Amino acid sequence: MIDSLNTVLRKLPPWLLYIAGTLPVVWLFYAGATGGLGVDPVKAIEHRLGLWALWLLIATLAVTPLMKFAGLRLLQFRRALGVLAFFYVLVHVLVWLVLDVQILSQVWADILKRPYITIGMAAFVMMLPLAITSNNWSVRKLGAPRWRSLHKLTYPVAILGGVHFVMLVKGWQVEPFWYLGVIVILIALRKLPKRARRQAAG
Amino acid sequence: MAGRWKSDLNWSDVTPKAAFMNRRQILAGGAAALGATALAGVSGPAQATLGAAPSKWSMPLETNSYEEITNYCNYYEFGTGKDDPAANAHMLTTEPWSIQIDGMVDNPGDYGLEDILANVSLEERIYRFRCVEAWSMVIPWVGFELKDLLDRAGVQAGAKYVAFETVLRPEEMPGTRSRVLDWPYREGLRLDEAMHPLTIMATGIYDEPLLGQNGAPIRLVVPWKYGFKSIKSIVRITLTDTQPETSWNMAGPREYGFYSNVNPQVDHPRWSQSSERKIGGGLFAKRIPTLMFNGYEEHVADLYAGMDLKANY
Repeated sequence: MIDSLNTVLRKLPPWLLYIAGTLPVVWLFYAGATGGLGVDPVKAIEHRLGLWALWLLIATLAVTPLMKFAGLRLLQFRRALGVLAFFYVLVHVLVWLVLDVQILSQVWADILKRPYITIGMAAFVMMLPLAITSNNWSVRKLGAPRWRSLHKLTYPVAILGGVHFVMLVKGWQVEPFWYLGVIVILIALRKLPKRARRQAAG
Repeated sequence: MAGRWKSDLNWSDVTPKAAFMNRRQILAGGAAALGATALAGVSGPAQATLGAAPSKWSMPLETNSYEEITNYCNYYEFGTGKDDPAANAHMLTTEPWSIQIDGMVDNPGDYGLEDILANVSLEERIYRFRCVEAWSMVIPWVGFELKDLLDRAGVQAGAKYVAFETVLRPEEMPGTRSRVLDWPYREGLRLDEAMHPLTIMATGIYDEPLLGQNGAPIRLVVPWKYGFKSIKSIVRITLTDTQPETSWNMAGPREYGFYSNVNPQVDHPRWSQSSERKIGGGLFAKRIPTLMFNGYEEHVADLYAGMDLKANY
């Protein structure tokens, strides 16, 4: 099963993912401009971009455990998933800045003064070097070990993203804790031995 | 004019009354209301049914559309999403309805809604509505002054506060099955705030009976305070001499004070309160400055004379 799935996946070019991943953003702005997102399109776009960015980060983090424990090979898509996650966060930040807060002095005040924004901003800044080095040239230039340890920044980025979500909602809501929980589990799975895989094979 | 809100919606965009009236309300409305309903159903624009009189307390502002007011709501008993209340609130049975008035009053007891309404006259109050989340609307409420009801109950001399409670029916209110807040929803006012002529009990919007998502059948509206103070679907009013516990204050005392007066100078810990987004402006609407006491400063500032509004947020 897994093997035939891997065969199919090998034939899919990763650039398809970039195209498929960009379309929802285009749709989101179109829907927001034409009333498809309700009466408060700015908040709707902002929240959805943030949510989708978390999905993409979770997908990025899931690649290794899926290989380790299920033998599913998705490594060829991981860069696209990571770059798309950055793209969503970037547009999320821009919508917040340009369409939501609008006032530059208040943007700075918010970043410094409000913990959930400080945390979200920190995650965004940590994604910058990852996005910039998401190409083969950078891997060669940095050398694989250094490149790999730099890209471990993905873990704190995802955790900060999850915390950002937990902190921004009003009252005690369950949904953001699900996201944070999944992120923590996916990171923790990397510490587990490969037992499950061997059992499945044996 | 910079920041002026414009809507391309008009009365023809309002949901025909027949589409949103539920059967129970139609049956209860009697023959006259039925006639109006039928008319409204074919002609589009909603017909006046509550017959509220204009009020000097209304603000000469452009109101939000009926669609906006009834589809963008915070009512966590029906879900935390803005569109959850509109989707779920039809489950709430609003007839029969009564309010238990107790505590420090001369005439405690259950006051049936029809009995309450028979003793007051309804006015249209066009008020600003400012949510603590920094968005706002202008809403043409229909209601009567809370003072009229409290006078009827006979407030005793020692009473200093009024506590309110929302109905709690988990089988009709799916949001209450998770403990987002400590249910039932509770709110409170100081007695002088409750007696202020701006403070109303609302039973309608756009001269139509309130829909579930807006707090049917009867809710509080205190226009100079953040929206969450204007508690919905009230079943209990208690006069007391001690400051009552209030739901959002219990959930986040640092973020939601007992007073929660609209104040652009006192920020919420997680966001600025100095400006707001007026709902209905679309994707590129400019923020507008938030006004002290939500624009009601001349009428209510006296209530807080000498008080540190930063400490009493």
